[in-house]
Amino acid sequence: MQPAVEFQHISKRFGAVQANRDVSFSIASGSIHGVIGENGAGKSTLMSILYGYYQADSGKLLINGQEQQIRNSHEAIVSGIGMVHQHFMLVENMTVLDNVMLGGEGGFRLAQRRKEVEVTLRDICKRYNLEVDPLDKIQDLSVGVQQRVEILKQIYRSANILILDEPTAVLTVQETASLFEVLRLFKEQGKTIILITHKLQEILEITDEVTVMRGGTVVGSVVTAETNKEQLAELMVGRPIETQLPRAAYAPGDTVLDVKGLNLINDQQVSLLKDLNFNIRAGEIVAIAGVSGNGQSELLEILSGMRLPSSGTITMQGKTLPYAGRKDADGLPAVYRDRGIGHVPEDRLRDAVVKNFSVMMNSFLGYQKKLGKAFGLLDYKQILSNCNEMLRKFDVRPADPHLRIALLSGGNQQKVVMAREIDANPKLMLVGQPTRGVDIGTIESLHARLLAMRDAGVAILLVSVELEEVRALADRILVMSSGAITGELKVEEFDATRIGLLMGGLHKH
Amino acid sequence: MFDDFQFSSILVSTIRNAPVLMFAAMAGLFAERSGVVDLALEGKMLASAFVSAAVAFTTQNPWLGVLAGVGVSVFIALIQAFVSITQKGNQLVAGIAINIALSGLTFVLAQFFFMQGGRTPDLGDARLFDIVLPGSAAVANIPFIGWFYTKLIGGHSVLVYLAFGLIPLVHWVLYHSRFGLRLRAVGENPHAADAAGVNVERTRFMAMICAGVLCSFSGAYLSIVQSGFFLRDMSAGNGYLALTALVFGNWRPLQTALGCLMFGFFTALQVQIEGVVFPVIGKVPGSLIQMIPYVVTVVVLAGLMAKSVAPKAIGVPFVKSR
Amino acid sequence: MNQADLPRWASAIALPLLNLLSALLVAAGVIYLLGESPIESLQILINAAVLDPEGLGYTLFYAATFIFTGLSVSVAMQAGLFNIGSEGQMYIGGLGLTLLILALDTHLPGWILIPLAIASSAIFGAAWAFLPGYLQAKRGSHVVVTTIMFNFIAANLMNYLIILMIPDGQQNPASRLFADSSWLPKLNSVFPVLGETPLNISFILAILALVIYGVAVWRTTWGYQLRATGLNQHAAHYAGISIKKTIIVTMMISGALAGLAAVNSVMGSTHYLNLNFPAGAGFIGIAIALMGRQHPIGIFLSSILFGALIQGGFDLSLEKPNIPPETFIFIQGLIILFCGAMENLYAPALSALLKRKEK
Repeated sequence: MQPAVEFQHISKRFGAVQANRDVSFSIASGSIHGVIGENGAGKSTLMSILYGYYQADSGKLLINGQEQQIRNSHEAIVSGIGMVHQHFMLVENMTVLDNVMLGGEGGFRLAQRRKEVEVTLRDICKRYNLEVDPLDKIQDLSVGVQQRVEILKQIYRSANILILDEPTAVLTVQETASLFEVLRLFKEQGKTIILITHKLQEILEITDEVTVMRGGTVVGSVVTAETNKEQLAELMVGRPIETQLPRAAYAPGDTVLDVKGLNLINDQQVSLLKDLNFNIRAGEIVAIAGVSGNGQSELLEILSGMRLPSSGTITMQGKTLPYAGRKDADGLPAVYRDRGIGHVPEDRLRDAVVKNFSVMMNSFLGYQKKLGKAFGLLDYKQILSNCNEMLRKFDVRPADPHLRIALLSGGNQQKVVMAREIDANPKLMLVGQPTRGVDIGTIESLHARLLAMRDAGVAILLVSVELEEVRALADRILVMSSGAITGELKVEEFDATRIGLLMGGLHKH
Repeated sequence: MFDDFQFSSILVSTIRNAPVLMFAAMAGLFAERSGVVDLALEGKMLASAFVSAAVAFTTQNPWLGVLAGVGVSVFIALIQAFVSITQKGNQLVAGIAINIALSGLTFVLAQFFFMQGGRTPDLGDARLFDIVLPGSAAVANIPFIGWFYTKLIGGHSVLVYLAFGLIPLVHWVLYHSRFGLRLRAVGENPHAADAAGVNVERTRFMAMICAGVLCSFSGAYLSIVQSGFFLRDMSAGNGYLALTALVFGNWRPLQTALGCLMFGFFTALQVQIEGVVFPVIGKVPGSLIQMIPYVVTVVVLAGLMAKSVAPKAIGVPFVKSR
Repeated sequence: MNQADLPRWASAIALPLLNLLSALLVAAGVIYLLGESPIESLQILINAAVLDPEGLGYTLFYAATFIFTGLSVSVAMQAGLFNIGSEGQMYIGGLGLTLLILALDTHLPGWILIPLAIASSAIFGAAWAFLPGYLQAKRGSHVVVTTIMFNFIAANLMNYLIILMIPDGQQNPASRLFADSSWLPKLNSVFPVLGETPLNISFILAILALVIYGVAVWRTTWGYQLRATGLNQHAAHYAGISIKKTIIVTMMISGALAGLAAVNSVMGSTHYLNLNFPAGAGFIGIAIALMGRQHPIGIFLSSILFGALIQGGFDLSLEKPNIPPETFIFIQGLIILFCGAMENLYAPALSALLKRKEK
């Protein structure tokens, strides 16, 4: 029997980034096939090509043995491919029924069509045990059920091949179990499922075969029953080529940051951070490894004062940070800065710089209160000379303080941000994805800077999805998954497999 | 004191005041539910008021006037749509700009064509007819029922009945027609609508055209039915009050209409209170009473904003993203 | 197609000029349809507003008011707020200075009275803008609708209060005449060529305000925080700026500037508080802020332009009854539309033109 999907030598490049390189594997019809890999492994790009959002630069795509050109999502749907995205394409204040009907209403009056579609949907729900009431409004449904609505939409459109992109990222344990039941039923009906995930447990639980991707290529394609989590983890994270960068002997000082029982629950009552406990001492780099979306961003927001925690204690050099009793975090980051906390944000363009300001104007963002003379006038002479010094020390190119910062490359922008935060001599430095969108040469220099800070006695919290970076910089490593710390190891204990397991959601054992 | 109050005439006045707001609010409903902020209700109202009065006088036919008003209002709505949707410009600024521009232009044109100090001549009899319900003469003298039938429910201008009749129609179109479904989707989650194959920009254009048509009746009502002529700036902030009714009504037809009735009630009350001598306070000055709708608006906006939920994608021009 | 693709000079000067020209072209079209020659109208306008020294005096007089309302709207825009309430804030500012003068004008000498009255107008203007700012910051109520409401409330309130202030026997709906001590010195004492003119030292105050605005917004910590908030609220939050405080303070300063606009007409020209004295100056401020792109020089030039339009418009309406002063309200709306909502209309064409030139 022909494979449902076959990729033959698919390659795709975005500018300087080779997102997919010579990807070849096939997906058997009537099976559940897992595609696993870390951030940036190329899984999402590959699926986007399958669903018609992008076209491959080279290579062939075969659906049921026939070569196909899928130029947009409509053609994908016509070919029988359906996709359940990470961010649902649902209109929240409308019913399930209306959401499914949208775009295919049939006529001006909805009444007749609604009855027909309702019958069809109930039928589908029964067949696949979906337990969705077509008359419910999306906003009244839990995330797990909303996801089933997306699946329902695809089945209604007669999808034979269903792609699920990180489906369990937003689900509870029970919801995940229900989802898997649905997928099994789907498979029994002869449909094909492609499951994109980074969670090893799920792969082992439900897939028939799994393809592992890393760095844009396929590093392994195995039958699930014939492999185990260690092998998968090893394939997924690979052997980091960089070892630990040279640094002064590990001799951490006093505790700078102490976090106890930190919890964060959002407006939808979902627990984003679960009872975090850790500390960071002077002169050490603690790295938080983990696939993005597991609470790391929220943790950085809380520690930098941009967001309030739901409960827990955070002390900085022994003194509790003043988040208690506040209604919101408006103005709080300034207080945290005064306490000696520096922050290089994950989302550079959104949080760390003002795009339309010049490099010079961005060079003191966050520290504007310290640079006033009489009448609140900014000491531009001082600012300019500081800025020029920064540009020189960090080798920013072009070294023009008056250039709009949006015109600098990502790497140079990051240098400015780092320079700014380092210049303020913080006691605690929070760094999020420091080398995202940054060229190799700059990566090395930024890493050197961080190590220099560490050697000088600064406490550093590094959040990174790049395991190589974690390996290169960390003294201690914490792994986060689903909002909790699943494990902690010293860098000497670094074991890619073990970390892969922890990242994949398997708790320390 | 309470003999001065004519409660019955307050109710009748309420019914007669509400349509101005109702037409405009329904117009705003279509625009905003599709995701376009419509601050130019005031301008469309004013333009339509002028054109319908002018054409009605010139042709001595109020229906031609109404038709002309519709044409002008739709034209302005299309300009708005071009600026907001195609050019992806600032919708707030566009609305304010149109209001200011039309405030000036309507006066200038009125002056140019009629030379009466920026107003149009009195329509006299060339106004729209009132609907007298069948059998009114027979029941007229029965206490309460007579008043109820002949004055409260019956005896209003045809446009009044149109305004009230529109509410269930708008409700049906919005919730039970294909157009309404797509319109709501486009205002809540344009990306989802786009993914489902709906043309977001075209749907919004259609919504603006509907807004143009509906808002025109508001202007025609002002000039042809209520006063019989066009007067400078006669919209007097009603366009903004209509927007408040939308917030008050959570962008739903029925609740919004209730909000319009509420404002109509306050206006009617204000006319009544004018002459009344209250104990202690004495007479309440007209200007202060005229403030009431605007103060109520601020209170509504201050209090309800937290609970009132605007269409999610409102004010944000749609850009296809991947 | 984004303005960011264009060099700075193109987006700062070329685009606004193109937009202004478009607005004026439409206006010229309407004037033509009204049966008048746009060229001739323009000639009359320039004569009356610029070439005639007395007319120029009037132009500058109006410009002084518009500089203040233009600054008012500009300050708010720098923080990302659209303050439509300058009209009401100016009205209430006039109330503030009137109350002070009526109370103290016979007791205090001019050199104390005048500064106090000016301060009073600013304070009252700020107070009128406080509530919309507070509601936006704390409740999310959109400042556009609340300020529009406050305009109407101000109009009705002042209606009521001014009637109360009419001295017995006076027909004119206005307060009594202020004592001489409160009259602002006129500039025709220094420039007699100006003739009988209302142009007074408010014009100097306006220039001063422009300079202070320029320095404050671009050279102080406060101004930096203001602009950061308007450009990127996320980064401003990251930088420790209190967005709520910024919104409230900015609205109050915006209101104060609008209040100061009242000084020119009430203290400098009429010497009494009369009904509807703002006469649309607040809305013209919006046009000025958009046309002048919130830059001190832009605001200055735009204010002169609008002053010329108003002054020239008066004379034009006398000679050409088909072009009443309200025509300029129409032009104002067109300018706001082209400069404020359609700023990028010519950006693609301009960008293509420049790219072709590069080759």
